[in-house]
Amino acid sequence: MQAEEDTLENEEYEAELEIKNAEGLHMRPAMQFVDIANRFDSEINVSNGETNVDGKSIMNISMLAATCGTKLRIKAKGPDARQAIDALRELVEEKHFDEPTPKK
Amino acid sequence: MEIKKGIAVSPGISIARSLIIDSEDYRIPRRQIKPSQRMIEIQRARNAFKDAIGELTRFESATDKPEGGKIKDIFAVHLRFLHDRSLRKKITDMIHSDLVTAEYAVSTVLREIASHFTKVKDAYISERAADIYDIERRLLTQLLGRKRENVEHLKNEVVIVARELSPTRTAGFDRKFVKGIASDAGGRTSHAAIVARSLGIPAVVALEDLTECTSVGDLVIVDGNRAIVIVNPDEQTIRQYEEYSKEFTELEHRLDAIRQKPAVTRDGVEITLLGNIEFPNEAEVVLEKGGAGIGLYRTEFLYLNTQTEPTEQDHYEAYAETVRVFADKPVVIRTLDLGADKYTQRKRFAPEPNPFLGLRSIRFCLQNLMLFKRQLRAILRVSVLGDVKIMFPLITNRHELMQAKMILHDVMEDLDEESIPYNRDMQVGIMVETPSAALTAHSLARDVDFFSIGTNDLTQYTLAVDRGNELVSMLYSTVDPAVLRLIRTVIQDAHKAQIDLSVCGEMASEPEYIMLLMGMGVRTISITSPMIPEIKQIIRSVTMEYCNNVARKVLGMDSERQISAYLRDAARKILPEAF
Repeated sequence: MQAEEDTLENEEYEAELEIKNAEGLHMRPAMQFVDIANRFDSEINVSNGETNVDGKSIMNISMLAATCGTKLRIKAKGPDARQAIDALRELVEEKHFDEPTPKK
Repeated sequence: MEIKKGIAVSPGISIARSLIIDSEDYRIPRRQIKPSQRMIEIQRARNAFKDAIGELTRFESATDKPEGGKIKDIFAVHLRFLHDRSLRKKITDMIHSDLVTAEYAVSTVLREIASHFTKVKDAYISERAADIYDIERRLLTQLLGRKRENVEHLKNEVVIVARELSPTRTAGFDRKFVKGIASDAGGRTSHAAIVARSLGIPAVVALEDLTECTSVGDLVIVDGNRAIVIVNPDEQTIRQYEEYSKEFTELEHRLDAIRQKPAVTRDGVEITLLGNIEFPNEAEVVLEKGGAGIGLYRTEFLYLNTQTEPTEQDHYEAYAETVRVFADKPVVIRTLDLGADKYTQRKRFAPEPNPFLGLRSIRFCLQNLMLFKRQLRAILRVSVLGDVKIMFPLITNRHELMQAKMILHDVMEDLDEESIPYNRDMQVGIMVETPSAALTAHSLARDVDFFSIGTNDLTQYTLAVDRGNELVSMLYSTVDPAVLRLIRTVIQDAHKAQIDLSVCGEMASEPEYIMLLMGMGVRTISITSPMIPEIKQIIRSVTMEYCNNVARKVLGMDSERQISAYLRDAARKILPEAF
């Protein structure tokens, strides 16, 4: 029992998500991102290849200045890591923050 | 003694003690603290966050109207920042390790973040810096509280020294005590400069580092005629300036003497001189200076002063105050021209990459019908109090004009149903301020009672120059042959259609240009009120024949430089004191 809980605590998932909305990760999308990240107990880290920041901080997320087409590597660690990654993937790649994607 | 050269934006001379204010930009001295004070400063920072959150939450819940959505979003983002643990930790860590005050830590950390954003190439992202400055300001207000200088309740005459002044801040100045304005930033056409001119307060801007070489209480001379500011002048300079000041006042008095005289040329052609106003309290200045009505009543001020959306009654009261002052004299109310200014862009979520070509002015109103109709109702309701006319800005095609008129009609029907009185025959006009409107003036003229040429926007759109951008502002000239050609077309089309025509841009307030406009056929002009006496004096000293000659010559010239030089020369002959 004890052992299983330990593995749960240490569950780690990661995914690469691409910013698809035309205007990039500006203020409102950054807000949506941290709002979702903060719903989970897991630690969430976001990296753009250069910097690695706390996914629950709007300051850090918005400072990534991720424009359309940027790929972010998201790592979640904790009891609900998988759900956190799924929820963030849905926001970024499927709903693209309820914003329009660039015109082809 | 220190002499600084800037840009003169409002004429006159003032000598008074300085009052340094920083509306946009508190100057936070780096104040070292002792290790034992760490916890006190950290607690002050925490309290500032807590109080700022409280204040924002109240604003957020007060913004409950549908069109407040974007503003609400902004409050929500700011709240996320204030709750951000990483941000708070960064600030408290700095207090702890660098031994500085809470103000200093807040300001330094947030400015670092803001400068990070300004460096990003993407326009949407770099505009975020404005949000960060806003958060910084909010926290500093909490920390500094009452330590801020209070400009609203002055008891002594002062010269206001600031880094940058917002138009609303400037409009709040008490003319009795604020004798001069000097700022580090700004330009001739910045909004604060226009407000200073209309209030008749001498002002010099673009002084770069004036705030750094002035201390509160220093004696400061603002020379709005020569574009100079002198800090701590010596005895001799003070005496010299007292002399200048006397001469200038005498000139003003001489001009005031012609206040009640008509604006008629020597050969008997009458010109109607109206005033441009922005705030209701300027209406009386127009009368004082001898204006025959209001040719342009800007209504944006209602939106710049408050956190909440103005109600129909707010609109009504502001307009009624002005219309009552003018009784039977005309008052032209321009519908909202919001959009491309800093104010609305800051409130917007994703700032437009090209706001002057974006959703501004009448376009903004046609997409925000509730807001537009609220203003139209108020204008219609005041139309029974005097000679009120309505004017739509930035019309670019016939379709927009028809749409705006149709909405006006809808509002009239609503008022009919509610049996609220209004003037059914209220005149409807448009600003002609885009090349497309000028080029189709013959067709637009069929559906309006008057045109008013807005030379500022017309020039900027015709020459493709942002006059606020110092790198290209030298290309901006209202007497460029291209602009003059458009203006001539509009005047001719208005005459053919037999509708009224006026010019309300800054061009009409420039002594050099007035003869040209008259010679081109303009008989009504609307200008900033302090300029009324001077322009009237020019009108009274010329003949229409001479003006016609000036226009004929100018319209035959093909270079802006040649035109400017010629006009300056012609005006200098008429009113040597002003040049």
